[in-house]
Amino acid sequence: MTIRIKKQSTGKNLCSAVEQLAGVDLSLCYQCKKCSIGCPVSELVASAPAEIIRRLQLGAGDELLQTDLIWTCLSCETCYARCPNEINFAGIIDALRTIALEKGAAKPKGNSPLFNRRFLNTVKSYGRTYDLQMIISYKLGTGKYMDDVEKFPTMLKKGKMAILPPMGANKNKVKRIFDNVKSKGKSR
Amino acid sequence: MKYAYYPGCSAHSTARDMHESCVAVAKELGIELQEIKGWTCCGASAAHQTDRVLAASLPAANLLLAKEMGLDMVVNCAACYSRSKNTNYEVVHSSTMYKKVTAALGQPYDGSVPVRHFVEVLLQDFGPKKIKKAVKHPLNGLKVACYYGCYLLRPPEVTNFDDPENPSIMETLIEAIGGEALEWPGKVECCGGALNLTRTEITVARSASIIEMAQAAGADCIVTACPMCQTSLDLRQRDMQKTNGKLYDIPIPYITQLIGLSLGIPAKELGINRLMVPPKAVLKALKV
Repeated sequence: MTIRIKKQSTGKNLCSAVEQLAGVDLSLCYQCKKCSIGCPVSELVASAPAEIIRRLQLGAGDELLQTDLIWTCLSCETCYARCPNEINFAGIIDALRTIALEKGAAKPKGNSPLFNRRFLNTVKSYGRTYDLQMIISYKLGTGKYMDDVEKFPTMLKKGKMAILPPMGANKNKVKRIFDNVKSKGKSR
Repeated sequence: MKYAYYPGCSAHSTARDMHESCVAVAKELGIELQEIKGWTCCGASAAHQTDRVLAASLPAANLLLAKEMGLDMVVNCAACYSRSKNTNYEVVHSSTMYKKVTAALGQPYDGSVPVRHFVEVLLQDFGPKKIKKAVKHPLNGLKVACYYGCYLLRPPEVTNFDDPENPSIMETLIEAIGGEALEWPGKVECCGGALNLTRTEITVARSASIIEMAQAAGADCIVTACPMCQTSLDLRQRDMQKTNGKLYDIPIPYITQLIGLSLGIPAKELGINRLMVPPKAVLKALKV
């Protein structure tokens, strides 16, 4: 298969940014494709893991931040576990996610970035996750109002969904961690 | 046997049964779990998909509390286990991460607190022989497919849990309580849980294929040690039915629930009634 990439326009190499952020050396990949073969979502995406690495090696630019594997990846880490050269591909995906978020390039189907923000917002507020608030606010943001509503009464009855927010966490400490990471700790 | 216990957020929401059965089994066997006071969220998938430093710092806050207690940290949620072990790995292997995590926490954490999953404690510290002796209602050959999923096993250099392609910790425990642990091909597959609410169709397809593999092997039930896996396999059976047009009706208890039943702990204390698919076959085999 022929891989075509756009010529670099920004002059900033995405490959080295990813390598630095994920702590990997992409020159170690010799395209054995074990990562692509083991990947549970390979068949659902435009570019499988080994192809993403190849594109990075060839100097792909920010257009790669739109590739659908970035937000379809399940973080199952089968790719990393089976890589003969121990290249952390799940880490590469996390690095691409971080860069995509920074550049406002993360608008995938299903809107995982919104889900993650809503999730982390409840952690910031209560020190622990508050599923009910997280789910409702995610649904409000995506319009998926009716998905799973039929399960809700049973889950409530079985105590599988807490109605009240969580109590007992050291909220201030968590808020401090979020603030510190934002101001000085960020990955880059 | 005394440990610092980290329940994790799902213990009070979608996985109360996981928490209840872990606590009940520990109590019955005389394993002391001291809950970490003021524990906070590990950040789960949302944090590592957003920022690597945040993802390492949130679990570090709890690990520091366990360190102050001077105890190993026991976790029953596979996702919290994975994130906490990842923190240990990151701060030990990268001086940059160590510095950034220290800056985020306002104090240093050196990655020295051992993180253990409750099933590791049961197998390695308590031991299958003693469990076997404590059994009051053996499983009577109940056919059990042990399902591990991702977080316990991968990446192996971080979790160091068991053979990442063919683990056997849960099989040993199931045999100890009188069940028949099946050989089946799905035990290290991914359930798709990370996209359970965002790309539900992927979770449904992944989880359905796992259930079908277990059923083809003749399973009466599938046990898990992960609340994400349990939710995907249990809660999504009705969606699988809608998508694939056939009946899915297999119980997905936590392994600690099965162990608890075999130890004679009342079903209610183990949260058995919380399972979406009622475990009738299990209760019948146990004669409880």
